[in-house]
Amino acid sequence: MAELDTSSGGGHKKGPGVKKPTKKSTRVDLTPMVDLGFLLITFFVFTTTMQQPTAMKMAVPKDDPTIRTEVKQSGAMTILLGKGDQIYYYYGQLTNPNEQFKVSNFTKIREEILNKKRNTPLGDLMIVIKPNEEATFKNTVDIFDEMTIDDIKPGHFALDKITPDENKLIQLTQESNGIK
Amino acid sequence: MPKVKIPRKSTNIDMTAMCDVAFLLLSFFIMATKQKPPEAITVQAPSSISTEVAKEKAILVTLNKEGKVFLMLGDKTKKNEILEEMNTYKQLQLSPAEMTKLKAADFIGVPFAQLKSALDTDIKPELMPGIPCGDSATNELREWMRVVTNAYQGSKKEDFELLVKGDNLAKYPVFKNIIDAFQANNQLRFKLVTNPEGLSSETEYYKNHVINKTDEK
Repeated sequence: MAELDTSSGGGHKKGPGVKKPTKKSTRVDLTPMVDLGFLLITFFVFTTTMQQPTAMKMAVPKDDPTIRTEVKQSGAMTILLGKGDQIYYYYGQLTNPNEQFKVSNFTKIREEILNKKRNTPLGDLMIVIKPNEEATFKNTVDIFDEMTIDDIKPGHFALDKITPDENKLIQLTQESNGIK
Repeated sequence: MPKVKIPRKSTNIDMTAMCDVAFLLLSFFIMATKQKPPEAITVQAPSSISTEVAKEKAILVTLNKEGKVFLMLGDKTKKNEILEEMNTYKQLQLSPAEMTKLKAADFIGVPFAQLKSALDTDIKPELMPGIPCGDSATNELREWMRVVTNAYQGSKKEDFELLVKGDNLAKYPVFKNIIDAFQANNQLRFKLVTNPEGLSSETEYYKNHVINKTDEK
């Protein structure tokens, strides 16, 4: 009669022809998987842009030539932006360019602005920013950012058109300083 | 004397833990990555200390380093309306098929005169001449802004965001012309897209705003 061999485990025949079933290890070599994991990590680290662009507020006055703001001479500071990240500035009205017209740059201008702010009555301060044709967008944004950094209140600085005289002075200064 | 047997240790290390770490990091970075649409116009924006995040849903004027101006209508709700309006206002005579193409386009970077042919020929972004933005007579951005302003008439202030994204190297006069185009349409408030920048604790702004704010909390 046929018989089912239901016995398991201990019932193995240990005869010479029967091989013992070898127990295979369940361990898998994870090294390639780790390799792949780190490869992908490197990829994502490089492609991730964590920084989200920010927005800087800006306001411009109404385009109306009849509206003119009166500025006290004692509180006025004009900042001109020129070629090669150069800043030129003067206080009040430009009557004596040789003495008034000064050169600066983006690291040194902060001291000047803060000085002016300290020495001017609160309401009188007015910083006029005039970029010339050679100034870059970066320069313009930087100087407005500088206003925020130095905590100059809105309404105390404005963007304006450069005059031919000022432009000429910049040209002359540039030539003598060798800025190309 | 019996020899001391040094048991040979296996050089196999259990990789499971390392694998866990690797995939944890992997999942973090996949989730943190925001799939940005490939930017056709490369712009290196300047940095500022502003911490406000720029909205995606906005009217964005891009100024690249060659001084070309592009307009992106990021607000899908108004985009079609603006483009339809522009078609009738400037009598561009675009066919419905061309209109569909225009609406699907990410940005506008050609003068009105070339709009029709540009839509037919699939001009590459880098070859686009940009929206003319010269002095008042040749400033086509003014016309665009006019239609945009009209489209947003009556909608809430928060829904309308006007952004300018400029390249570091772009020259100032073009930026000035962009501002002029805004001013002409009485858009006096806008925002500049910048990259975040650290703020030194020595600065006035830090002393007056950041410190005071933390005190209040």
